[in-house]
Amino acid sequence: MTPLTYLQAISSALRDELRADERVMMMGEDIGVFGGAFKVTDGFIEEFGADRVMDTPLAESGIIGTAIGAAVVGMRPVCEMQFSDFISCGFDQLVNVAGKMHYRQGLAVPITVRLPSGGGFSGGPYHSQNPEAWFMHSPGIKVVAPSTAEDAKGLLHAAIRDPNPVCYMEHKHLYRRVKGEVPEGVYETPFTARVARPGTDLVVIAYGAMVHVALEATEDIDGASIEVLDLRSLVPMDEEAILDSVARCSKVVILDEANGMCAAGAQVAAVIAEKGFEDLDGPVVRVATPDVPIPFSPPLEQAVLPNVERVREACRELLAY
Amino acid sequence: MATHTVESAVAEQSAATAHLELEDRVWLLRAMLMMRGLEERAMSLYRQGKVPGSFYDGFGQEAVSAGAAFAMAPEDRLCILHRDLAAHIVRGVTPTRILAQYMGRETGVTGGRDGNVHFGDRHLGCVGMVSMLPDMMLVATGMAMAFKIRHERRCALTWFGDGSTSRGDFHEAMNWAGVQKLPVIFVLENNQYAYSTPLDKQFAVDPVERAAAYGFVGVTVDGNDAEAMFEATRAARERALSGEGPTLIEAVTMRMHGHAAHDDMKYVPKEQVEEWRKRDPIDRQSARLADLGVDIDALKAEVAAEIDAAAKEALSAPMPDPDTATMGVFCEGEAEVLGDGQAPWSGFRKGGSE
Repeated sequence: MTPLTYLQAISSALRDELRADERVMMMGEDIGVFGGAFKVTDGFIEEFGADRVMDTPLAESGIIGTAIGAAVVGMRPVCEMQFSDFISCGFDQLVNVAGKMHYRQGLAVPITVRLPSGGGFSGGPYHSQNPEAWFMHSPGIKVVAPSTAEDAKGLLHAAIRDPNPVCYMEHKHLYRRVKGEVPEGVYETPFTARVARPGTDLVVIAYGAMVHVALEATEDIDGASIEVLDLRSLVPMDEEAILDSVARCSKVVILDEANGMCAAGAQVAAVIAEKGFEDLDGPVVRVATPDVPIPFSPPLEQAVLPNVERVREACRELLAY
Repeated sequence: MATHTVESAVAEQSAATAHLELEDRVWLLRAMLMMRGLEERAMSLYRQGKVPGSFYDGFGQEAVSAGAAFAMAPEDRLCILHRDLAAHIVRGVTPTRILAQYMGRETGVTGGRDGNVHFGDRHLGCVGMVSMLPDMMLVATGMAMAFKIRHERRCALTWFGDGSTSRGDFHEAMNWAGVQKLPVIFVLENNQYAYSTPLDKQFAVDPVERAAAYGFVGVTVDGNDAEAMFEATRAARERALSGEGPTLIEAVTMRMHGHAAHDDMKYVPKEQVEEWRKRDPIDRQSARLADLGVDIDALKAEVAAEIDAAAKEALSAPMPDPDTATMGVFCEGEAEVLGDGQAPWSGFRKGGSE
């Protein structure tokens, strides 16, 4: 085991894959010579060369589209969106070409799209978004979102080795804030949920950076036993783990950093309403960002993003129900 | 729009015949006859209610796909557009599977998952189009990028229309391919109309002129001449394999039918259609070969018989099982890459197009 930051864990997975499989290549804006906007691929070009750590034109549709072409002739491209927000420019290629390819033609598209996402640092409306739900709604695309260094590495290995398009949501706010023990070598984390902290009185269901908010908010709420379920994977969604937690705890708070409308958490709520209703002992409570663009100025941004206080308050109210 | 001069057309023609044996020239005619015959049959099946959705054809444009695909080697890869049925025929998709595809049958190329010409047989090195045009330009560019990175002597080719040149993916693909000098061939099928929109509402400058701005060769070809299309594509492939990068081929042709079955083309002047009818690519190739003693009627009869048999077989094929509708969204197991296609040009048997 080695202590790595979330960012180092991502770099480690990418480096391991480049070393292990010559089909693997990185593509993105400023990822080569500069090492990436967040330095995830710092030093890669020296070890693997400019073909496999490719500085591309500023063209997100181009990055996804050419990655698809390379994938169907045998490569394993890992695309970096400099910010997840920019995936909107590559949306069509991802949703219409990559996502539907296997269903239509039996042709697999093994590409991974890395999406540095999330807010909390005055990135403003175009450097703070959480676009995962756009792709959850599009058949044929898997979506994963690690919260720990260990899962950041394991999920990325699994994503790159998956024969399907995978959106890998890496939360920018966790890059250097989260550190943890990471197993040596290559290991694949399954696309399933994980109980981050077991409990029996209430469960907070979250993913990505919000797992840490959930853990901090529920560390001690008047001694209640509070579970935190880390979804890790949004597509496929681990319904069994969700329903297990609901059965155990009977009270549920669902936490999204994304805008609330049709968010991942809305799908979790739907699953519980359809399949876990009998186990509930109170209304399903959601905490999410309201449906506004993420504002720039710190007091405005803090006013919309879910935080420890909001989650704690939601849990308190539900516990008292 | 065509900038062809008599001199260049003659030069092209003699270059083409230098690379084409008589059997190749017959193959080209056969592929075009098969495309037209299959599309006519599919249209009548559509009118009988046997083809669901709508129906799109490439009547009058057969030379573009037949000629270009004919220049491609088994290991090359193709992204094929909706008026390019002859490319599928050249690569080896059988008439039965094509008609079954149109009718949404289980034995069609997509097994009923997608309709019309939205198909590509992955075992034959082909990827089917999506409706967002020209998305496949980027996919073909990516294939070529992989070939270049792996130092493989092969290329990718894709077709797209005049309307496609207005969208961003056209620019992104042209630019990317130019920057990385990739072995890719872009065939711009200029058929005068994007649905009802004529060229003068689509662009201010002929797109073939843009190739130079992206740093590579652009050529205008008579898209109603299968042999000229073959020759331009063969030359583009030579450039691609020798590291000279992409080529934009503008095939000037005419969409002789409506955008789809429901479209009466009232926006097209009758004289324009009549003028282009005189340049029919099948009549042209037939006349050439008749002069060389080829029995055109016999060839037509042979193709017609094959289509009759294919239609009979396709009509008896089962519809897909509704229980399978949610299957196959994700690949489970190993990702299989595209396979090699058929490449009937005699030049490949003689050791390629060296």
